[in-house]
Amino acid sequence: MQEIPLTQILFVSTALFFIGMYGLFTRRNLITMLMSIELMLNSVNINFVAFNKYLFPDKLDGLFFTLFIITIAAAEAAVAIAIIINLYRSHNSIDVDDATEMKY
Amino acid sequence: MNIAEILFYAISALILGGGILAVTSVKIFRAAIWLLFSLVGIAALYFWMQVEFIAAIQIVVYVGGIVVLIIFSIFLTQNSGKEMAKPATGKIIFSALAALFGTAFVHNLIVHYEGFKYISAKPFNSNVEAIGTQMLSTTSYGFILPFEAVSMLLLAAMVGCIVIAMRPKNEMEINTIKETENI
Repeated sequence: MQEIPLTQILFVSTALFFIGMYGLFTRRNLITMLMSIELMLNSVNINFVAFNKYLFPDKLDGLFFTLFIITIAAAEAAVAIAIIINLYRSHNSIDVDDATEMKY
Repeated sequence: MNIAEILFYAISALILGGGILAVTSVKIFRAAIWLLFSLVGIAALYFWMQVEFIAAIQIVVYVGGIVVLIIFSIFLTQNSGKEMAKPATGKIIFSALAALFGTAFVHNLIVHYEGFKYISAKPFNSNVEAIGTQMLSTTSYGFILPFEAVSMLLLAAMVGCIVIAMRPKNEMEINTIKETENI
């Protein structure tokens, strides 16, 4: 796969990261913000795998970082959804603008 | 243009198009389905880069786990046919500008960095045997300590999720008293 240079894969992951950032800025709903964070984590994973394959093919460290990021993202999503369900139970809404008890 | 390049551009279009629709769709359930397409595209990109184990993990954990969890929580907390409130126009404009400038800035850095142009010619060996041997080895460059730490993290996250999402005890007792009174 030497026809596609590394920079193009990096450009895809950059664009995906900033798409996730745009979602994090504009969305006000906790579940959609969580989805944006998943997109950003995935763009980082693409970077790790691409660097490992193209620049350091005799090592496997990038793959291990990707594996651990996927594991921690799964744990983070599970905890976040438990918090979201608890918030919905107490506020009847998962909008970030409605949970303002700890503001100021 | 050969078939590998065409495949790469098709996969990139799937990833970025799915990502854009996932963050802009006004119906939350559709946003979750577009996120699913984007994650499948990322798994396809891993297959294209010939790291099959990571691609399989991506499909099992993200597509089979996290997206299903997100869809469950949408059904538990949202009226999924209803459209979400749109953000203010000024916020959309400034967020889009920030994203565009960020993309342009990082793209500029990537294009002008010389180190990315020299691709190593060594063979890339990412079969499951090599990954498993290095992950569980206790010698130097082994990953046994983070492996164990992450297993403790998963256990803690599991217990924490159950504790957070569990109904409070007094509320449960009141409910059981009500149920017994009804019987």
